[in-house]
Amino acid sequence: MTIQTPNGFSLDTAGRRIVVDPVTRIEGHMRCEVNVDSNNVIRNAVSTGTMWRGLEVILKGRDPRDAWAFVERICGVCTGCHALTSVRAVEDALNIKIPNNAFLIREIMAKVLQWHDHVVHFYHLHALDWVNPVNALKADPKATSALQQAISNHSKSSPGYFRDVQNRLKTFVESGQLGIFKNGYWDNPAYKLPPEADLLAVTHYLEALDFQREIVKVHTIFGGKNPHPNYMVGGVPCAINMDGDMSAGAPLNMERLNFVKLKLQEAFEFSQNVYVPDVIAIASYYKDWLYGGGLSATNVMDYGDYEAIQGQKSTDRLPGGVILGGNWNEVHPIDPRDPEQVQEFVTHSWYTYGAGNNDKGLHPWDGVTEPNYQLGPAAKGTKTNIEAVDEAAKYSWIKAPRWRGNAVEVGPLARYTLAYAKGVDYVKGQVDEALGRFNTLAGTNLTAKQALPTTIGRTLARALEAQYCAAMMLDDFNHLIANIKAGDTSTANMEKWDPATWPKEAKGVGTVAAPRGGLGHWIKIKDGRIENYQCVVPTTWNGGPRDPKGNIGAFEASLLNTPMQRPDEPVEILRTLHSFDPCLACSTHVLAPGGEELARVTVR
Amino acid sequence: MAGLETFYDVMRRQGITRRSFLKYCSLTAAALGLGPEMVPEIAHAMETKPRLPVLWLHGLECTCCSESFIRSAHPLVKDVVLSMISLDYDDTLMASAGHQAEAILDEVMTKYKGNYILAVEGNPPLNEDGMYCIIGGKPFVDQLKKVAKDAKAIISWGSCASYGCVQAARPNPTRATPVHEVIFDKPIIKVPGCPPIAEVMTGVITYMLTFDRIPELDRQGRPKMFYSQRIHDKCYRRPHFDAGQYVEKFDDEGARKGYCLYKVGCKGPTTYNACSTVRWNDGVSFPIQAGHGCIGCSEDGFWDKGSWYARLSDIKGQGFGIEANADQIGLAATAAVGGAVAVHAAVSALKRAQHKGDAQ
Repeated sequence: MTIQTPNGFSLDTAGRRIVVDPVTRIEGHMRCEVNVDSNNVIRNAVSTGTMWRGLEVILKGRDPRDAWAFVERICGVCTGCHALTSVRAVEDALNIKIPNNAFLIREIMAKVLQWHDHVVHFYHLHALDWVNPVNALKADPKATSALQQAISNHSKSSPGYFRDVQNRLKTFVESGQLGIFKNGYWDNPAYKLPPEADLLAVTHYLEALDFQREIVKVHTIFGGKNPHPNYMVGGVPCAINMDGDMSAGAPLNMERLNFVKLKLQEAFEFSQNVYVPDVIAIASYYKDWLYGGGLSATNVMDYGDYEAIQGQKSTDRLPGGVILGGNWNEVHPIDPRDPEQVQEFVTHSWYTYGAGNNDKGLHPWDGVTEPNYQLGPAAKGTKTNIEAVDEAAKYSWIKAPRWRGNAVEVGPLARYTLAYAKGVDYVKGQVDEALGRFNTLAGTNLTAKQALPTTIGRTLARALEAQYCAAMMLDDFNHLIANIKAGDTSTANMEKWDPATWPKEAKGVGTVAAPRGGLGHWIKIKDGRIENYQCVVPTTWNGGPRDPKGNIGAFEASLLNTPMQRPDEPVEILRTLHSFDPCLACSTHVLAPGGEELARVTVR
Repeated sequence: MAGLETFYDVMRRQGITRRSFLKYCSLTAAALGLGPEMVPEIAHAMETKPRLPVLWLHGLECTCCSESFIRSAHPLVKDVVLSMISLDYDDTLMASAGHQAEAILDEVMTKYKGNYILAVEGNPPLNEDGMYCIIGGKPFVDQLKKVAKDAKAIISWGSCASYGCVQAARPNPTRATPVHEVIFDKPIIKVPGCPPIAEVMTGVITYMLTFDRIPELDRQGRPKMFYSQRIHDKCYRRPHFDAGQYVEKFDDEGARKGYCLYKVGCKGPTTYNACSTVRWNDGVSFPIQAGHGCIGCSEDGFWDKGSWYARLSDIKGQGFGIEANADQIGLAATAAVGGAVAVHAAVSALKRAQHKGDAQ
C-alpha cells in the first residue's frame, strides 16, 4: 500500500520488513524498521524511541536553582547543554542578567562541548559507517602518508607513524578477539574507501580518542569535571583572582587561563588539519552516494545562538529561523514563547492527552504527559516482545514536535543551511571552500543546494560547525582576557539568589544550539519552586514519530529511497541515522502538567 | 591464536623488559609454592592468555559513564580497549547493530561461560513490565538477567547502576532499580559517581586484570581503594574549613581566595569518592577547586538529600563527624540514628581543639 504524506513523501509498506534493534553507536536506545522493495530500496521507514526516564516529573516541586544538575543528566554525551539551557531558562524567568565574564565562560564551555561532541561523533560513533578497519590492513603506509600530506598540514604524517598504527591494528585483528569491531559488516560492498584512506581514518580514530580527553579539560577548569561540569544560576561558580592574595588556590588565575588557551588552540588546529580534511576526503570517495537528505532539503529550524554581544539576539553568529519548502530566500522568524509555533503531538507516541484531545498540539508551557504504552492492532509479537511495531498506531517513546504544524529537521546541517541562506560570511566561506575541495577531489561540480541536503552534507556541516566553534571560542577567550584587563573580574550576579526576592509566579524559556540541534527548556516557577518544566530536544524533532496529519519526521524521511547493498546488513541505515547523531536519552523524557501527578505510575 | 596481544605484550609495550617479566613469573611461581621448573609454564600462560571479554550493557542512563571511561589518561582508553580487555559488546561503541550485535552476547556467553565481566551502565526500570527501556523489542531487565547469569562478576558503573541515580529520584516514575536489587547471585562491584572518575573506572579494571581478583570492597560494595575516604578528608581547602574561613556567597572575597565552600552547600564532608585525591580528567581539577561545592554525586540518593546550596547541618540526618568512615555512616543510617553530631561552622575552632585532644 502506498501512502502519500502531506509533507511530500511516498511510503510503501508492501515490501520486506527489516528491523534494526538496537541501533548502536548512538546515545540511548532506538529501534528502526524499514520496508524494502524488490530492488532492496527503502520505501518505508519507522523510527522508534525505546526508552523513557520521566526526568521532568522528578523536577516538579524542586528548587529552580538545582534544576541544571538534574537536566544535565538527561545526557552525558552533550554534557552541559541541558545545564546551560536550564540556567538560561531560570534566568529568563527571574530576569537575572549575568556578568560578562560569566557569559563568555559559558560561551567557551558551550563551544568546547560542541567541538568535543562533534569530534567524538564523527570518529567514534559515525566513522565505522564509512571506514573499514579490516581493509586498513591492506594499506601501504607510504600511500597513507602521501594522502595525509596531500589533504592537510597535519604534523603526524610519516609512513612510519602509519605503519606503527597498522601493526598494532594487525596484532589486534589477528588475535581473533575483535572487540568493538566484532560482527561488523567488513565485507559489505557499501564500504568504498581504498585501504590507504581506511588506514588514515583508523589512525585518526585513535588520535581523536586521545585528543578528545584533552579538550574537555577546559570544562574541568571552569566546571570542575567532565562529563557533567557544574553550572550555576546567576553566573559561573569559578571566581577570578589574577594577582591577589591566594590567587594560586583560586578557580581562575593566570595558570588556569593559560591552560584553557592552549587547549583551545590545539582544538582549532585539530579541526583545521584533521577533522575537516578527513570528512572532505572520505566524502569524495562516496560522491555517488548522495542519499539521506530527507527533510533537510525543504524544512529546517534552529533557535539561533552564539551572540557576539551579550543579550543581543540579533548578533547571533549562527542565526535562528525556519526555512520551509526549500525556499532559501525566505527565513521565517521563530519565537519559542509563541503558543502557536512550537507544539508537541502524541497521536503516535506512547502518551495520551486524555480522551478527545489526542490529536491536539500543545505548547511546552502547557504540555501534558501521561505514559500510555500500547501496541497497534497490526503490530507483531507481544507487549514485551515486539517483533514489528504498527506505525498506524502508537509506536514510540518520543513525541512529535512541529513548528506551526510543519515537521522540520534540526542540527548542524539545519544551522548551516540557515546561516548560508542568511549569508553569514564565515559560514559561506567555509561551505564554499569545502565544496570546492570536495568537487576537486571527486571530480564533481555540486552546488551547496545539491550537496548539503544529503547524509554527507549533514556530516560535513557538523565538521564545519566544529571548526567555526573553535574559531569563535578563541575569540571569546580574547574577549574574556580583555574584560579582565579592563578591571572586571565579576563572575556571578547574586542579587536574586535568595528566593525571597523572586516574584510569586514566573515563567521562562532557555534555548541553546545543542550539538544535535535546537534545544529548548520551558520553566514555570511558583512560590520559589518548579511548577512545570519541559524540554523539547533535538532528537525529539528529528526522531519523533508521525503527527496526526501523517507528516513524517526527519529520521524517517531521510531513509526513504536509499538502496541497500545487503538488506540483512544495515550499513546504509546506520550511516544515515548516525549522520543525525541520535540522542535518545535526550528525546524521551517528559513532564506532567502543572500540579498533576502521573496517573500510570504504579508501585509494585 | 597467533599475534594475540597478551598480558606479556602489554607489559613489554609498557617498557617492562623480558628479564623483568621472567623475574615476575618466578616470583609468582614461588608465591604459589611451585618449583622453578614451573616458571616457563607460567610465562607461557601469561604470554598467551586472551584478553578478558567484557560485555557492557546500557539501561536507563545518560551515557556519562561511557563518556567518562573514554577520558581515561592512565591507562589511555585505547590501550584498555585494544590491549587489556576485549570489549565485545558495548552499544555505544560497537560497529555492529541489531541482530548481529545481539548475536555477540550469545557467542561470548557460550565461549567464555563464567569467564567474562558484565559491566552495567544505567539501570532497569521495572514499571510497565520493563518496557520503559526496550532492547531488541524486549525489556532491558531481561537482557540484564540473561547476561548476568554466566558472568564472572558484575561492575555497576556509576550511580545509576549502583543506586538508581536521577531517574530513581522521587517519585521514580519508571521504578528505575539498581543492579544489585535485580541480580542476587553474582559478585557486584559498585563504582558510583555521576559519572565515576575516568581513572577510577580504568583503575578498577586494571586492578582486576593485574591481580586477577576483585578489589577489596566496603560494606556497600565499593572498592575501598577509591571510596574509603570523604572528599572533605583530603580537600585542599580543608585548612580553611578548620580555620573558619568560608565562602559566604558565590563570587565574594572568600570565593576568590579559595575558601571552604561548606556554607554554600558543599557535600564534600559526607561524600565518599576520590575527587580530592585522584581529581578529574588527568588530575586537572575537581569541582571544589573550580569553585562549586560537591553535590555528592557518588552517594546513594543524593538527588533527594536537599538543595546543592543547602548547608549539610540544615539537612536532617546528614550529620558528619571528622573521623567517621563509610561503614559507620552506613551503620548509623541502618540503625536510623537521628540527630547525629552536626558540624557547624561556628564551632569549627572548637572541633579543631577536640581533634587535637583525640590525637593525643
